[in-house]
Amino acid sequence: MIVSARGLERRFGEKHALRGVDLELGERDLLVVTGANGSGKSTLLALLAGLLAPTRGELDVSVERGAIGFLAHEPLVYRELTAHENLELYGRLYRVPERRERIGMLLERYGLWEARHERVSAYSRGMAQRLALCRTLLHDPALLLLDEPFSALDEAGAAILDEELASLAGERALVLATHEPGRLIALATLELALA
Amino acid sequence: MSAYFGDVAALARKDLLLELRARDTVPAMLLFVVSALVVFRFSLPTEASDLAATGLLWIAVVFTALLGLTRAFAAERDQRLLDGLVLAPCDRSAIWLAKGTSVLAFLVLAEAIALPAFALFFSPIGWETVAAFALADLGIAAVGTLLAAMAAASRARELLLPLLFLPLVIPIVVGGVGASVEPDPGRYLAFLGLYDLVFAILAWASFEYVVTE
Repeated sequence: MIVSARGLERRFGEKHALRGVDLELGERDLLVVTGANGSGKSTLLALLAGLLAPTRGELDVSVERGAIGFLAHEPLVYRELTAHENLELYGRLYRVPERRERIGMLLERYGLWEARHERVSAYSRGMAQRLALCRTLLHDPALLLLDEPFSALDEAGAAILDEELASLAGERALVLATHEPGRLIALATLELALA
Repeated sequence: MSAYFGDVAALARKDLLLELRARDTVPAMLLFVVSALVVFRFSLPTEASDLAATGLLWIAVVFTALLGLTRAFAAERDQRLLDGLVLAPCDRSAIWLAKGTSVLAFLVLAEAIALPAFALFFSPIGWETVAAFALADLGIAAVGTLLAAMAAASRARELLLPLLFLPLVIPIVVGGVGASVEPDPGRYLAFLGLYDLVFAILAWASFEYVVTE
């Protein structure tokens, strides 16, 4: 198991953001996490990424920090840097081998090659989401945590991501949080509905 | 080790590039320090000594540094970018060292204007004052960057940073003013060097616990 959780709970002050989650995720599982706004989907992903510590319960994530790819609500890229500069920085920090080629390939695949030297502040929300996906996939992570990955993507962007997820499913561990599970459910090996 | 300093260089380059493009911090620091010196020039009585003016120079620089530190983690805080950096497999102290390097660069730039302005408004400054500022800058950057990261995670950051920072820089002010005005600056400079060493080690070792739960 790549992720194992028992009675996972997270509170912010008096407010329970997540309670009583049990979870077993294998190396090639695709888990779809569903639930209404405020049900704790993003909190669960932040816990799995190691950005938050559980208030109660046990959590064991058996991959190293550098082998996790985390797509958050925010794109986690610098707005005053270009797409290329952002990916260069993350590629360096993640020790990505053949960085230049990998960055070029991702920018090409996600339709950002022409805009690679524009600052992110000039990007639309959808382009920033595409760049965030490039950042998340840059180091070829063993565990992918994607929070509402289709958010802000147009049809073309969503189709690219569909294709990406189809190729990754069964190859590595994926956790996808969404309140619209329709297009992911066919790929899922596990489902978790948060209340 | 070379990978560590490569990470530091990449992160520091990013901070310098951000400042070059956004110009959020350095112009504000320059304007503040020059304005403060102008105000001091007109507020000090004509018979006031150079010693009093030197003390005011140190106060102006400390508050200029505070202004820079409040902006040090602005991009990371506003766009939650610290999460992205913390998840990377690099040593987290590299984030502190890189940010401290950019804070140091901005402070040196502010002083490159402030010290000649002080000489113009008040009196010339000697090598011992320049040496004291060089050592003080290291301490301010080391301590200030750690505290700025702590404050960035807090809702009351505008209040928290001065509350934490100002008491901790009192030794720097004492050492700096002493080195600037005393006939034997050696022991004050040594004191500043010791402060830098102790607080740099403490900040380097504890940064990881500041940016993670």
